[in-house]
Amino acid sequence: MTPMVDLFSVLLIFLLLTASFRPQEAAIITTPNSVSEKQAPDKDIMTIIVDKSGKVFYNIDNGKDTTTHTRVNVLTEMAKQYQVSFTKKELTDFGNMASFGMPMTDMKKWLDATDAKAKEAFQVGIPTDSVAGRASELAMWIRFSRLANLNAEVAIKGDAETNYKVVKKVMDMLQANKVNKFNLVTSLEKEEVTLKDIPK
Amino acid sequence: MAEIIQEEKGKKGGKRRAKKFSTHIDMTPMVDLMCLLITFFMLTTAFSKSKVMVITMPEKDPIDKQKDQPKIPAWRTLNILLTENDQVYYYIGSADPKKPPLPTLTKTDFSKDGIRKVLLDKNRDLFTQIVTFRDKRQSGKLVVADTTADQEIKNMKKNDAKGPIVLIKADDKAKYKDIVDIIDEMAITNIASYAIVDITPVELDMLKTAPK
Repeated sequence: MTPMVDLFSVLLIFLLLTASFRPQEAAIITTPNSVSEKQAPDKDIMTIIVDKSGKVFYNIDNGKDTTTHTRVNVLTEMAKQYQVSFTKKELTDFGNMASFGMPMTDMKKWLDATDAKAKEAFQVGIPTDSVAGRASELAMWIRFSRLANLNAEVAIKGDAETNYKVVKKVMDMLQANKVNKFNLVTSLEKEEVTLKDIPK
Repeated sequence: MAEIIQEEKGKKGGKRRAKKFSTHIDMTPMVDLMCLLITFFMLTTAFSKSKVMVITMPEKDPIDKQKDQPKIPAWRTLNILLTENDQVYYYIGSADPKKPPLPTLTKTDFSKDGIRKVLLDKNRDLFTQIVTFRDKRQSGKLVVADTTADQEIKNMKKNDAKGPIVLIKADDKAKYKDIVDIIDEMAITNIASYAIVDITPVELDMLKTAPK
């Protein structure tokens, strides 16, 4: 028996070490159900997350391999647009994180915050309203992400109970940026419909 | 579980042998636990991939291009209006205030006997066509590659001339899951063409007077 226990321990430790921890997600979303079985791509994708209360968060991955630092490039462009400057360390930290949602004025403070609770307090959502004739921050994020990675697809991860109005606003913004094909993130729920279900 | 087996040996001669205690610990419960933990980790890393539903919206044309849009016959148009509390209303044709009377709204819901029955009823030919095709593939009577099958279904949808053209409209009180559910119904009932469009003020008024 002891050799079997040894084997199991080795396998378990291997799995524990090779499973990488996902960075903290900005908001907990319960996606609606659908019969769609298509897998969500995990590379070259920009995700717009809308939670129940209508707050918008954003996530973009770093591209197909480790040489394309898409996240860092996008943040640098946003920094130029909003006249904020980031240190090298802040940029690399941002490159390793996942979804976020705060106005650009709070971005520096969020990146510098070390305590998890303090970090969470900053996640109030990306502004979606256009200010003084200039496009909204979310529109800017989308535009620079598309410029940084032309192959990126757009995914919308909305909570089932979100008001459709907010999601429509996001979709209008995407269409204004010439994006007409979206991936809506859903959970699988199979439905069997056969010929017998056609009403007489 | 742990047994201490005491070896009993008779006295040999004058020497007394020291009593040997050998411990055999039964490992089976620990192995069970390890098994469970490994299976758990193997399965949970696979489940973390979520699914996506692809939707393509029509391009937002500038106003002057709208005159070139093809005319859709009124009997084929099925307008679905979504509002609060997962309520679904539908009407056939167009709601033009200049051409009274306005169509009446029929109330339904997302259950099996709700909007799905309406869609299946209107789309029966195309639905039958696609389902028989899929069944033939599944039962092995027809053997084609996946890409060929997808292309075949796409062609069937393109050549369909009797199925409804669905216009999905939602007011501000609708929830995101209502839109996802209705697009899901489009996929389930194999509707050939549908579009999400803005709700008109006429329809908002119709909703106010609709049956609750």
